[in-house]
Amino acid sequence: MAQTNMLAMILAGGRGSRLHDLTNKVAKPAVAYGGKYRIIDFPLSNCANSGIDIVGVLTQYESVLLNSYVAAGGRWGLDTKDSGVFVLTPREKADSGLDVYRGTADAISQNIDFIDAYDPEYLLVLSGDHIYKMNYDKMLAFHKANKADATIAVRGVPIKEASRFGIMNTGKDNMIIEFEEKPAKPKSNLASMGIYIFNWKTMRKMLIEDMKNPNSSHDFGKDFIPVMLSEGKALYAYEFSGYWKDVGTIDSLWEANMDLLDSENELDLDDTSWKIYSEDTGITPAYIAETAKVDRAYINQGAAIGGEVKNSVIFSNVKIAPGAKVIDSVLMPGVTVYEGATVTRALVADNVKIGKDARVGSSKSEEILLVAKNVKGEDKNGKE
Amino acid sequence: MAKNKAFGVINSAANYIRVEGLHDYRPIGAFAFLGRFRMIDFPISNFSNSGFDRIHVYLNSRPRSIVEHIGSGRHYNINSKRGGIQMMFTQNNGASSIYNTDINGYLENIEQIERMHQDYVVIAPSYMVFKQNFQELLDEHVKSGTDVTVLYHKVDQAKEYFRGCNCITLNKQKGVQKIERNMGTAKDKLISMDTYVMSKEMFIYLIKKAKRESSAYSLADMIGLECNDLDIRGYQHKGYFAAITSLDDYYRSNMELLDYATSTDFFKADWPFYTRTTDACPSQYFHGSKVTNSMICNACLIEGTVENSIIGRNVHIGKGAIVKNSIILAYSDIADGVYIENAVIDKWADIKNVKKLVSDSITPAYVKRNDIL
Repeated sequence: MAQTNMLAMILAGGRGSRLHDLTNKVAKPAVAYGGKYRIIDFPLSNCANSGIDIVGVLTQYESVLLNSYVAAGGRWGLDTKDSGVFVLTPREKADSGLDVYRGTADAISQNIDFIDAYDPEYLLVLSGDHIYKMNYDKMLAFHKANKADATIAVRGVPIKEASRFGIMNTGKDNMIIEFEEKPAKPKSNLASMGIYIFNWKTMRKMLIEDMKNPNSSHDFGKDFIPVMLSEGKALYAYEFSGYWKDVGTIDSLWEANMDLLDSENELDLDDTSWKIYSEDTGITPAYIAETAKVDRAYINQGAAIGGEVKNSVIFSNVKIAPGAKVIDSVLMPGVTVYEGATVTRALVADNVKIGKDARVGSSKSEEILLVAKNVKGEDKNGKE
Repeated sequence: MAKNKAFGVINSAANYIRVEGLHDYRPIGAFAFLGRFRMIDFPISNFSNSGFDRIHVYLNSRPRSIVEHIGSGRHYNINSKRGGIQMMFTQNNGASSIYNTDINGYLENIEQIERMHQDYVVIAPSYMVFKQNFQELLDEHVKSGTDVTVLYHKVDQAKEYFRGCNCITLNKQKGVQKIERNMGTAKDKLISMDTYVMSKEMFIYLIKKAKRESSAYSLADMIGLECNDLDIRGYQHKGYFAAITSLDDYYRSNMELLDYATSTDFFKADWPFYTRTTDACPSQYFHGSKVTNSMICNACLIEGTVENSIIGRNVHIGKGAIVKNSIILAYSDIADGVYIENAVIDKWADIKNVKKLVSDSITPAYVKRNDIL
């Protein structure tokens, strides 16, 4: 189906170092979320549902798994004649050596040839590590109606937290008059969501200039948007009020998972009109054993529960043995919790084994415990 | 992967097999099994895992649900450029017409069969669930030099179940002496799994011979008649086996997989059963829900009690509702306070007015698709 004349580029090169050991071997956008998804399923599904056909994914840090994951565009229905998901890693070019992406804007600049090949009118720039559902087509309509050069999606944040964000100060009709990165004294509470629509022609010219500028750090927030404003381009803020979460830390990733336990949760993954697509595996439904006790949980197919699960999110192929307890925790794919073990307020990484009678995490701890390595069983009788 | 020496054929149930209720809406191949799968996923996955990349699926009635489910076939891990799943239609009308035989389907598509490059064919049914490496079966067949190999399973409940299946009688050399309908006369039987290996030539020979002898013959009838003239041998299958020839069989076969040892032995990572994804989100278990010994598909909202049951995807179990020893198919809604025991609830049913739905006999209660009760 011929669709919008907008191409999407997803910035997925960051390490996400505040996720610690969770991103030692995989990039943040490939981190598991919500029982069955990876974070990047959200922008990719949003693109597919918004009628965008061509999606470039810019990867750099530990990209092997991420590259192979997104390359299978069929998962999001993006594998028709005119659609596709394209993995764009830094590459060697005829006129320049192999260069890493020096910043978010540079990642786009280095792929101008790729974008030109599709000759789009608009370019949508997204971040690969946010959890939200958004119809980019509506944002494009807003962009067109304002005859904007660029439109930036924003959301209202509590004013006392505003100094942690990139803040847009707007004038009449949501026109952006000033952009302040982490202002000490914020003048507004409209925080940038890292979602931009640009007119490709204008953007292309400016990117080439930015590449040449030795003083630029080639970043959208720090360099590119301020230059656009100083040149008097028309920038508009598009206000978004739905669920949105930057899962940059272990605590926020855990929290975003816990949000799914709330029946009124705004993300509403149950909505069949805006599905989030993901990898599929040939596994059985979830098995809840005779010995199990499940109270308030979000459980994916392929999990086998023999023990107690309370206030927790359980991914596929997780096994919880009879007599084990999992409370206020997130168990990523393939985690095994052996008999008598207790997991409390923890986020357990893929395929980790929690040994017999082990105690992991505490209900009293302020922070969520990340468990990224196997935990040995308690040695009660001199053997495991 | 090297081209396989054989192609696969997936056959429908014989025209005299009727599964009460469920069968009114779709062929057995399209029945939901263990909530998440459709029956046809099992033979296709067996073929795919065995390295067969050319598969013919015969559709003799109401083909829509199966056609949609199979689609391009790529979700079965079959390279659609080198191979593929072909759906074979027949023009014969009426699923229960005595002329709507598998032989009729083969005859209508005989050109396709004759054009296959492979030397052998493995034929498997869509109304049975089992795990079998067809490559091993083929190798065994070729090695034995026999004309036809028939897969069979030894059962001890042939009186109550497996009605409508064929059973075989073997001599000491595993030669098949007789194939006849299971009429429930004895509990121990060797049930034919309607799965055959033979050369392509033998397949075509039997199809054409059947046509000359009777318009109502099936391939199983034909093989039965040839027992004395051809070398037909049995090959025993072991492990989980289900034949869905009645609502009782359907119910029991699903329930058997609630036994954890049985299901973990059947569903193994090295032999996946593929199906079509619906991209349903995980299921939500609310405070106050109580689930034990059950299989729960995705996108369910569970507020009540579920015991010894199989719950399909997108099912809602209301507050205080109790579902016991039952199979609830996708998109059904069990309202607050409803009590259901020993029942099969078909898709999109909405149980809210009836507060109690219980069957006392072996045969489960059946609620029709889209019913509002």
